[in-house]
Amino acid sequence: MAAVLQAAALLMGSQTDIKRFRLRSALRSAPVRHEGFFVVRTDGRLSATSGVMPRRAKLIPNAVAVKDDTPASSAASKPGHELLLFEALREGLEEEMDRDPRVCVMGEDVGHYGGSYKVTKGLATKFGDLRVLDTPIAENSFTGMGIGAAMTGLRPVIEGMNMGFLLLAFNQISNNCGMLHYTSGGQFTIPVVIRGPGGVGRQLGAEHSQRLESYFQSIPGLQMVACSTPYNAKGLMKAAIRSENPVVLFEHVLLYNLKERIPDEDYVLCLEEAEMVRPGEHVTILTYSRMRYHVMQAAKTLINKGYDPEVIDIRSLKPFDLYTIGNSIKKTHRVLIVEECMRTGGIGASLRSAIIDNFWDYLDAPIMCLSSQDVPTPYAGTLEEWTVVQPAQIVAAVEQLCK
Amino acid sequence: MSSFSALKILPSHPIAGEYRRHSTPFHAAPASRLLRSSGANYLSSTSSVTAAGRPVRVLSANVVSNEKQIGSALAAITSKEALDLYEDMVLGRSFEDMCAQMYYRGKMFGFVHLYNGQEAVSTGFIRLLTARDTVVSTYRDHVHALSKGVPARAVMAELFGKATGCCRGQGGSMHMFSREHNLIGGFAFIGEGIPVATGAAFSSKYRREVLKENCDDVTIAFFGDGTCNNGQFFECLNMAALWKLPIVFVVENNLWAIGMSHFRATSDPEIWKKGPPFGIPGVHVDGMDVLKVREVAKDAVARARRGDGPTLVECETYRFRGHSLADPDELRNPDEKARYSSRDPIATLKKYVLEHNLVSESELKAIDKKIDELVEEAVEFADSSPAPPRSQLLENVFADPKGFGIGPDGKYRCEDPGFTQGTAQV
Repeated sequence: MAAVLQAAALLMGSQTDIKRFRLRSALRSAPVRHEGFFVVRTDGRLSATSGVMPRRAKLIPNAVAVKDDTPASSAASKPGHELLLFEALREGLEEEMDRDPRVCVMGEDVGHYGGSYKVTKGLATKFGDLRVLDTPIAENSFTGMGIGAAMTGLRPVIEGMNMGFLLLAFNQISNNCGMLHYTSGGQFTIPVVIRGPGGVGRQLGAEHSQRLESYFQSIPGLQMVACSTPYNAKGLMKAAIRSENPVVLFEHVLLYNLKERIPDEDYVLCLEEAEMVRPGEHVTILTYSRMRYHVMQAAKTLINKGYDPEVIDIRSLKPFDLYTIGNSIKKTHRVLIVEECMRTGGIGASLRSAIIDNFWDYLDAPIMCLSSQDVPTPYAGTLEEWTVVQPAQIVAAVEQLCK
Repeated sequence: MSSFSALKILPSHPIAGEYRRHSTPFHAAPASRLLRSSGANYLSSTSSVTAAGRPVRVLSANVVSNEKQIGSALAAITSKEALDLYEDMVLGRSFEDMCAQMYYRGKMFGFVHLYNGQEAVSTGFIRLLTARDTVVSTYRDHVHALSKGVPARAVMAELFGKATGCCRGQGGSMHMFSREHNLIGGFAFIGEGIPVATGAAFSSKYRREVLKENCDDVTIAFFGDGTCNNGQFFECLNMAALWKLPIVFVVENNLWAIGMSHFRATSDPEIWKKGPPFGIPGVHVDGMDVLKVREVAKDAVARARRGDGPTLVECETYRFRGHSLADPDELRNPDEKARYSSRDPIATLKKYVLEHNLVSESELKAIDKKIDELVEEAVEFADSSPAPPRSQLLENVFADPKGFGIGPDGKYRCEDPGFTQGTAQV
């Protein structure tokens, strides 16, 4: 019941503020389960399960892609269709390739192999080897090739097999992708999408567990978005492909198996808009990508403790949606940023300075920012867990912020 | 005696002779037309230039100094073409000389790399191209832009940092672009243009095979000897050969990567030989002779246009000035400089066309005069053009200004006049 109400609130909230508040109060009075295991669904709903994952109680420090165990939710009578996040990305990509023959994919193992995380599975069969181009292992050169193709009329989607590999292509991404529109005096556009699995996975070691947002954010001319649900993954993929700007689409390696029911109808999301995950009154929690799920777990605890946090998935890492963020701050006057990015020079650091510059007068407390630690991501499970922000830290931060 | 004084630095290259024995400039399919034109000459010449105990390089200009060969290569040159080549080279030379003047007069700033001495390469290749063909250049790009048809005044105004420049003053000396002329850069870092050129060639193939357009456009990537030790060069040779892309890789080997001699930097200095291992024909040509360059270029471009894939062309050339106008140019041996200035490509062409009665002296003088006036006019235009206004600062950062984000008022911040003042923070 709570789940349904919250989903409704979410849906309405994105349309009108008034309805959102009304539904939110209904939500707060709704019964909340205190036992068992809460699975955070991609839309922020919590569904209770029992005995499925007994390892930990209440908070799930590493909870990510959790399969939907409630058969009722996949009833055929519901509108839309259920997809895993990587399938949603593929669906978005495939629709765009159907719509526009200039859209093509290039990268390592994107074709015959179907992509390391299967985002491009089956596309080479459908569209041919040239539109879904398996490249040699030469990140610098195939990224540059994508840029050259974009300058001459194509709309390539460049996949980094692992986002970290794109560090090898940093020159092309920075100097060409980001700057060529400007240095050419606006004559050439670079409508490429650069995407791939990133973030801290599960014991993948330092090089495969990169937090690249901080590196890319200061490149002029580049937009960055991070997807976090099958719904927004598809919508953002399509929007990124249609954008005339070069867009880096961050996917999180641990979110690919998230399941969600998404609309059958065609939809495209706005690249520059944040997503209201849970409206609230007491504190604004800004997050994105996988940390959204840690925040929602913490939110569960916080609600039990009587707090009413507002959770916003900022989605657009560059530019920030200061409109949505600002409106929230004007309401709550307290801000907590939760990110997986590096503490030094990360998204949180930029977001904090943007908030201070724009909304200082509305703040009742210093902005808090929980980032991952400034260490190369360790291999050992325990160390890795301590590297990224855990729900308990979020709970503690909110308690301190709202004192 | 080798014409390369640089060889003196390495008096006994232990394996150079060994290389030569295996050196046949053409490892391409026997059907290659290159083989039948100037290429055959290289083959015969290379076998005759071994001096006793001294590693004579196949790269030598002597290889193609056979008068008979030149005559046959020139049969196809009409006087109209000769005039076009001459005019383009004179334009390149005069333009660059004027750049040096303007730089020293404080009209342009930063790093300015001049093309003097290498004109035969730009002219020999680019004047063969159609408007739809693509050119990718380096930081030494003014003359490539001029050969491709970008007006001198637009290039000069760009160098002056004026709003009327071909990139509105936002690119500068090392970032020349012209969409109209399909000049897609202007790449200031070594090697980064090669993948972009490969992408442009990929586009041509894609248009033909996926979009079913009638497209036989060719891309030419220019770069230097220093770049040939960079990974992007090899990565792109591989990809271009793999997919048979319509591209010509043109190495302007001027022997010096700023102060690094080619022979000190490269284990096997014969760059053209790096094509065949990738399945790409490698060609060496005297880059001081526009007619020889043009012959090779014709074959390479035709091969790309036919869909037969890429060609690697090494043009042996020389820059008559320092690396940039900031380079004191103290390292290069005066004998070496003198030897190459005696092979000035403009003088060589002039001598040839006059000897063969293709054009008259007065026609050439008329071109000289015309170019002088054109360059003067370019300077006047650039000088009198307005500097870019402040409002231009944030234009073109994003093709879609939504990239600048939404302001607190819900409008895109770039619409906010205050946004261009002070910081441009999103």
